[in-house]
Amino acid sequence: MTKLLSKDKKYKRVAYYPGCALEGTGKAYDTSTRAVGKQLGLKLDEVKNWNCCGAMEVKNIDPKIQTYLSSRVLSNAVNKNKHDVVMAPCNGCYHNLKKAEYDLENDPATKEVVDRLSTKAGHKTYEAGQAETIHALDWIKDAIGEEELSRRVKHSLKGLKVANYYGCMYTRPRHIFPEKDQGPGSESTSEPHFMDDLLATAGAVNVDFPLKTACCGGAHTLSDSDTSTKLVLNIIEAAEAAGAEVIATECPTCHSGLEMHQIRAEKVLGRKTNVVIMYFTQLLGLALGVAPRKLGIHENVSDATDLMIDKRLLWAT
Amino acid sequence: MPIHEKSLIREENIRTRDDLVIDGVDVSGHWSTFIESRVVTDYNEDLEDQIAGLPGGENIHRCWQCGSCTNSCTVNALNADFNPRYWIYLIRTGMESELLRDKDIIWQCVSCNKCTYVCPREVAPEGVMKATAHWLELMGHTPKSPSTLFDEVFSEQVIKRGKIEESGIIRGFFKKTGQPLMQNWLTTMAFRLFKKLPFGMMFHMAKSTIFRPKTKGWRKSQLAIEDYIIEQDTKHRKLLGLDKPTSPTPQASNDNATSTLVEAAE
Ligand code: SF4
Ligand code: SF4
Repeated sequence: MTKLLSKDKKYKRVAYYPGCALEGTGKAYDTSTRAVGKQLGLKLDEVKNWNCCGAMEVKNIDPKIQTYLSSRVLSNAVNKNKHDVVMAPCNGCYHNLKKAEYDLENDPATKEVVDRLSTKAGHKTYEAGQAETIHALDWIKDAIGEEELSRRVKHSLKGLKVANYYGCMYTRPRHIFPEKDQGPGSESTSEPHFMDDLLATAGAVNVDFPLKTACCGGAHTLSDSDTSTKLVLNIIEAAEAAGAEVIATECPTCHSGLEMHQIRAEKVLGRKTNVVIMYFTQLLGLALGVAPRKLGIHENVSDATDLMIDKRLLWAT
Repeated sequence: MPIHEKSLIREENIRTRDDLVIDGVDVSGHWSTFIESRVVTDYNEDLEDQIAGLPGGENIHRCWQCGSCTNSCTVNALNADFNPRYWIYLIRTGMESELLRDKDIIWQCVSCNKCTYVCPREVAPEGVMKATAHWLELMGHTPKSPSTLFDEVFSEQVIKRGKIEESGIIRGFFKKTGQPLMQNWLTTMAFRLFKKLPFGMMFHMAKSTIFRPKTKGWRKSQLAIEDYIIEQDTKHRKLLGLDKPTSPTPQASNDNATSTLVEAAE
């Protein structure tokens, strides 16, 4: 119980691991995450001198290298930033840090390799249990919570119809997320709802969307574009069929995958869809009264401006 | 008897006589459908150990063939020939030639981990797919898949600099696979993006192409990782019997999955 109480406070100031995508194609996710944090009075300390977590690629060369990369990020957060909570908004980063935590605790062979590489590289090795990795959703949900959030909402999303898309890496495989599926209050790996909860508090109406955790083919966005286009089209059409005006995302890879293949489906398969794709932090930011510019809404490929103007959500462009 | 689950049997193994009368009974058409009998003699008894020795394949022996992986599989829903349960069966029974018939699609696993999520035996079928794709390339059965080429371009940059710069990776990948950068959907996307981008953002993007992001003091990590790659590559080649220069390695011209990274390391 004491842990739960202190946890609340703990998340108000966390180490922030943006990752490579948030410095590139996912810049708007970084901007909007920081803006929402600032608006809510939450403090983000960027992990010092961080490196790439390995994304979806390095594990295919060797999973233990990926674990080493992720462990170095955790080691820096603990030893350089002196934090014991690391917040990663990118599903890929979040997943890899979680996986590193799990493997370091449960697989001696991985631990041996990580210790060896860390020593060779001349930095402190990360020990399982030194830090807790959380997603941006956990962060807002725990540090602020729905009650407080509803008090902070300045411009309700006024019934905007949203399909919440969580993707693969946030919930699978189950064993690397021991805190999920723990009953009321915890996140579910089969039917995740944290994004639904937050956006509903901000005034959105969450449509009944069956493909919340379907795969967008992000791993093969460029190397097997036809497969990715089919998968994305399936997700987008299901969201439209459910009545969604916006698909809310929580991952830069999913987000740019949906944007890219929405266009590709139109150009290559002749299937045009209209649903708008936005980061959940952009929607939340609008509701909290952050200026749209500061949320990077104009940087999205999927153009949200018409819909936002139509819904009178762009209150101060 | 008609075969109801035809979709599960390879078409070329199904025989149907259009014209057949047995003991005066006309059994033409689907009444005479049967499956071609076959005799398997070319087992590769090392196949399971080889796959199990590559990263991701470690738990293949735990599979009890329930089929949950295939049932949940993202790619199987698009292509019924993509069948993780079946491939695990073939690997465990050593039916290499049968496995090779699907060699060109195994790399298409999108790592969604639905299989690993549902597998009751903790086989981690996603890892087995990666190990199998890796095995096919190491043995020279397939050229490097586009996915492997992408992984390599990406990993090379991470190992060298600690961070990646996306546009560099995309350019590198298109070059490596001989694709034009100007595909109509990509240009449409770039156009839509640039039309709206403020000057600051363009500046930011241009800056990261010129001053490519790098983690400070990364050199020692780079060397540690490269040593490890060479060590693992040597181990894998030994396991697959590819370390003996005298043995005629299958399609020796086909460079394997890690060699570029090792070359980069040297
Ligand atoms: S789900 Fe697991 S046990 Fe079942 S067939 Fe697939 S790998 Fe085997
Ligand atoms: S990880 Fe690969 S094999 Fe497993 S369900 Fe996804 S696509 Fe299929």
